[in-house]
Amino acid sequence: MTVKLGVPSKGRLMDKTFDWFGKRGIGLRRTGSDREYAAAVDGVTGVELVLLSAGEIPRELAAGRIHLGVTGSDLVREKLAVWDQQVQEVQLMGFGHADLIIAVPKCWVDVDTLDDLDAAAAAFRSRHGFRLRIATKYHRLIREFLRDQGVADYQLVDSQGATEGTVKHETAELVADITSTGETLRANHLKLLTDGLVHKSQATLFRSHKAKLTDQDRVVLDALLEKLTG
Amino acid sequence: MIAKADIRNEAARLLGFFEAAGAQAVEADILQPAKVLLDLYGEDIRARAYVTSDPLCGEQMLRPDFTVPVVQMHMEHGAEPARYTYAGEVFRQQEENIERPREFMQVGYEVFDRENPAAADAEVFSLFQKELSPLGLRAATGDMGILMAAVRGLSTTERRKAALLRHIWRPKRFRALLERFGGKIKPPATRIAMLKAVDAMDGVGPFIGLRSRQEIEARIKALKEDAEMPPISEIEAAILDDILNLREKAPIVLENLRDISVDLPAITPAVEMMDARLQVMDARGVDVDALDFEGSYGRTTLEYYDGFVFGFYAETRPDLPAVASGGRYDALTRVLGQGRSIPAVGGVIRPELLLELGGQA
Repeated sequence: MTVKLGVPSKGRLMDKTFDWFGKRGIGLRRTGSDREYAAAVDGVTGVELVLLSAGEIPRELAAGRIHLGVTGSDLVREKLAVWDQQVQEVQLMGFGHADLIIAVPKCWVDVDTLDDLDAAAAAFRSRHGFRLRIATKYHRLIREFLRDQGVADYQLVDSQGATEGTVKHETAELVADITSTGETLRANHLKLLTDGLVHKSQATLFRSHKAKLTDQDRVVLDALLEKLTG
Repeated sequence: MIAKADIRNEAARLLGFFEAAGAQAVEADILQPAKVLLDLYGEDIRARAYVTSDPLCGEQMLRPDFTVPVVQMHMEHGAEPARYTYAGEVFRQQEENIERPREFMQVGYEVFDRENPAAADAEVFSLFQKELSPLGLRAATGDMGILMAAVRGLSTTERRKAALLRHIWRPKRFRALLERFGGKIKPPATRIAMLKAVDAMDGVGPFIGLRSRQEIEARIKALKEDAEMPPISEIEAAILDDILNLREKAPIVLENLRDISVDLPAITPAVEMMDARLQVMDARGVDVDALDFEGSYGRTTLEYYDGFVFGFYAETRPDLPAVASGGRYDALTRVLGQGRSIPAVGGVIRPELLLELGGQA
């Protein structure tokens, strides 16, 4: 057996994850050609690197197919029910910052808060005969947030990309999406609700509660965690 | 683990009990169009019911309860008055608790009767209590109608009352609204600026989306009017709290409510209804002096109860959900009745919990 470490398979998130581990004495690198998803770990034995899409890492952790995984804290909360019973947050990694927010058209001068949004939703529904549409791919996080805040008369419509454009195209009235600088929002004539911050996300190292460990794995994992968090 | 066959037998026995009480046995489809349930309960139902999809009929839900299909059936072609009973599985997602079953049997009894709602409430409750009495359960009761009557009786604008009533089942938002209407929360600076602005729409960029400029202007007008209105008085807000905090035996609560109605006469009809209900319960053999009443009971269940509410709990088994529960849902019949409505009250028993607690098998 080996200790399996799941890491995002491409892009800046992968590069920064490699840097983060490197600074802690663990060399992660891809091997083979650019297109081959093969990887190696230097500086520690008994650890296997598994390259995965960041969106699949929560599921693999929950299933116990990997012991450790790096992904956005937003993705874990979105993809896993009662996430903190399925995985443990080992370390916030200090990069990949993004805020999950709720944004409405800038022309909605009467809507600054969730309280306003809720009132606007009631009026919209009675006028248009359907519930105010929020475009998002974060269905669980947004639904739970709005339930806790007591917002009603909305519906979530799935949007897997170009979410900010849905308002102009009239497939949604507002959006709930990830932003880091807010530039895309401004360019699409949207503004944040003052109390519409749903989650502050960053790259995070998670540990599976379910993944099985041999005695030897446990020694390897403890030593690895010591290096990473010490 | 109780065998499914035993649960079925128990359900059949309960169905027979309700039939003997005068109910007609009815069936409902397991697959329900999702739209009706989503429009009724909002997106939250997605976390509680199983959603599936049909290539031609679109989103469907495994029935999370029988109330909606039974009300629809009655509103379409039911005779009046009507009493129905049913038995079958319902399906609920359990995101928080792995122990709770995802599919379980319910046996229900529903009364559609416009003659005497207080008597219908008492009939349903006493029937349930009679059936459940060997188990020594604690009965909890409440009355959403009293709280709603209190809100309607506030000396404030219809718009504020409508906003509060809309959130009567969401305690947190209800509280936030009450504080805002009571002048307890200062509006944000942007709001003060908007209310003062000659043209609040000046320079706000392009008008995008389906929510039109007219709708935005209509809400600005409403906000301006609301800002001119005096706050809901502390005395009236305190009365709502008094009602929500009631937690005593029913006859004592009734006396308290009579005192409260001196300051808020609008609740008097609802209080009289409670009195009438207790009298019929008493006549039907319910020990009303021992009956618990909670002013806030029924606020956090699936939102449709708008009058009498009740639940039966095993005090020795706090891990179990309510063994039986029910209430009055007049407004639901209006929503589903396409212009028609009828006072309705009913409840469900979970037969497997009855067996688990050592009831008849």
